[in-house]
Amino acid sequence: MPEAKESHPLVELTLTRIREFLREKEAVFWVFVFPVLMTFALGIAFRNTAPDKTLVAIEAGDVKATETASLLSRSPEIAATVLSPDEASRALRSGKVSIVVKPVDNSFEYRFDPTRPESRAARLLVDDVLQRGKGRADVVSVGEAKITEPGARYVDFLVPGLIGMNMMGSGLWGLGFTVVIARSRKILKRFAATPMRRSHYLLSFMLSRLVFLVLEVAAVIIFATLAFGFTVRGSWLSVALMTILGGFTFSGIGLLVAARPTTIEGVSGLMNFIMLPMWLLSGTFFSSERFPQILQPFIQALPLTALNNVLRSLMNEGATLSSNWIPIAILLIWCVVSFVVALKIFKWQ
Amino acid sequence: MSTQTSTVALKCAGLVKRFADVTAVNGLDLEVFKGECFGLLGPNGAGKTTTVEILEGLTPWDEGTVEILGQRWSKGDDRTLRERIGVQLQETQLPEKVTVVEALRLFRSFYQRGHNVDEVIHTVALEEKRNARVGKLSGGQKQRLAVACALVSDPELLFLDEPTTGLDPQARLSLWDIVEKFRAGGGTILLTTHYMEEAARLCDRVAIMDHGKVIALGTPAELIESLGADQIVEFSVTKQLANEALENLPAVTHLHKRDGDYSLTVSEIGVALPALLAEIEQQQSEIVTLTTHQATLEDVFVSLTGRMLRDA
Repeated sequence: MPEAKESHPLVELTLTRIREFLREKEAVFWVFVFPVLMTFALGIAFRNTAPDKTLVAIEAGDVKATETASLLSRSPEIAATVLSPDEASRALRSGKVSIVVKPVDNSFEYRFDPTRPESRAARLLVDDVLQRGKGRADVVSVGEAKITEPGARYVDFLVPGLIGMNMMGSGLWGLGFTVVIARSRKILKRFAATPMRRSHYLLSFMLSRLVFLVLEVAAVIIFATLAFGFTVRGSWLSVALMTILGGFTFSGIGLLVAARPTTIEGVSGLMNFIMLPMWLLSGTFFSSERFPQILQPFIQALPLTALNNVLRSLMNEGATLSSNWIPIAILLIWCVVSFVVALKIFKWQ
Repeated sequence: MSTQTSTVALKCAGLVKRFADVTAVNGLDLEVFKGECFGLLGPNGAGKTTTVEILEGLTPWDEGTVEILGQRWSKGDDRTLRERIGVQLQETQLPEKVTVVEALRLFRSFYQRGHNVDEVIHTVALEEKRNARVGKLSGGQKQRLAVACALVSDPELLFLDEPTTGLDPQARLSLWDIVEKFRAGGGTILLTTHYMEEAARLCDRVAIMDHGKVIALGTPAELIESLGADQIVEFSVTKQLANEALENLPAVTHLHKRDGDYSLTVSEIGVALPALLAEIEQQQSEIVTLTTHQATLEDVFVSLTGRMLRDA
């Protein structure tokens, strides 16, 4: 016998999304395991233990080379090696040493690349040690206070960026592929033949993304906390709200990208076209402030830049949401506009 | 509501659909009555699927009127109309990772009212596969699930687009059972097929379509009767025969010649066959093959278009 409705379509659609995702083992790997591995690898590569020693090569020649070496090794911050002129040049070129010192008569010649910041620093340090070794006296004695503050390390900079980038990737890939596969298999057309509300279908993607987002972000933060002593300085509530907004925004953009293409190739190209500029410009691995001033308005308007900036400011600086209203507004605009446009231009067959 | 709309489930008049390079539907008129199983029979490319998808409200059309269960598409109440119809599309592949019962629950949730999910699973005999993933089902089981997704809303009108194409005979039989059960329960069906035996078995009335038009309409029996004969004699001979002599044989109503093969439509096989054999002998030819069979819808199509259904 016909009977009344059993459950809400939005619930069923969202459950279907979640089931499809969890039953796809590869997707689970890319969304949960990969970001943790990435955090681990980058965290290790750029960890700040004791400040690294400055690596210096001394060109071998006569006895002066060994003299210079012993002079330099008085400083605990320098690791000096004597190399043949050829080897020294090669080591400099490949970045194994920051500077080459060549003893000349009673003086020295420094060879270094002034465009490399660590080489400029090495020059100052080496010069200071050699001059003092040769008898220069300090005019004023200064005091030093050394600070290694959590929140200012590279890994602290990196974690919010990785979370942002990961949210972009899983939002776009997760939605884009699922929608385009459903279109090419005519599932969308079949749904269009039912009284299902089209907005329910699109919303179910956003809701299911939200479920995974919580796990995804938690996985990275927990890992970074355990492995690197990462701390979230701002309020957890703000971080959670930004995660939701970021997740919705990239789901919306994912839907927009998937609104028309009928093949996987088509949607892949489009997604790379959208994501590539953000990978490069949005300050995931290094600050986007480093790009020329003329590009800044464009860069700051990108959703990933906005998300990264807010997450960093919340996590690293302990800022509040209200002090980040500009990037939050940028994200909101992206979120609403992409969802509305996607709903409008969405092709069901 | 007039008496006509209460008995007509589906009606379209002067329907035209053009694509960039082809007119897929070219002035089509159809009327399907409530409680009947109506078949659209035609070769691939005849415009059956385009027609059905227009009627289902999935494809916009260029000219003509469409009325489904007394309602029209794009009048702002498409959703109430969709509540009342069930649709099985040609070649829909449901998500592979969900199970039979999950897929049905999903479709059920789209409708205000309808059947209990387990009831529908029973109707299509998929109890054993209730918790199996769609990707693990056989072709016939997938197709039964597709029909179940169309039945779960307890529709008044069911659209089936080539429901048995590519299925083995047993899977086809079990699908026919489902269709007959729905029909017996008072449901209306519009079915497309290019299998004449399917149309003959399931349909109360059949429209034969070719090049976007209906070229014949009636009950399967009426259509076969329209050949003016009920037997077909097919033969091939060593030496070509004169067409005129064959056409003038007693009880022969129609001659169809294709390459070296002849096909005669005859009213009385007992009269026509001896005359044919005598004629062949007289023209000094010899029989290579000769078969006779009851006329079918296939023969109707051949006599109307000069082509076979399957290779048209």
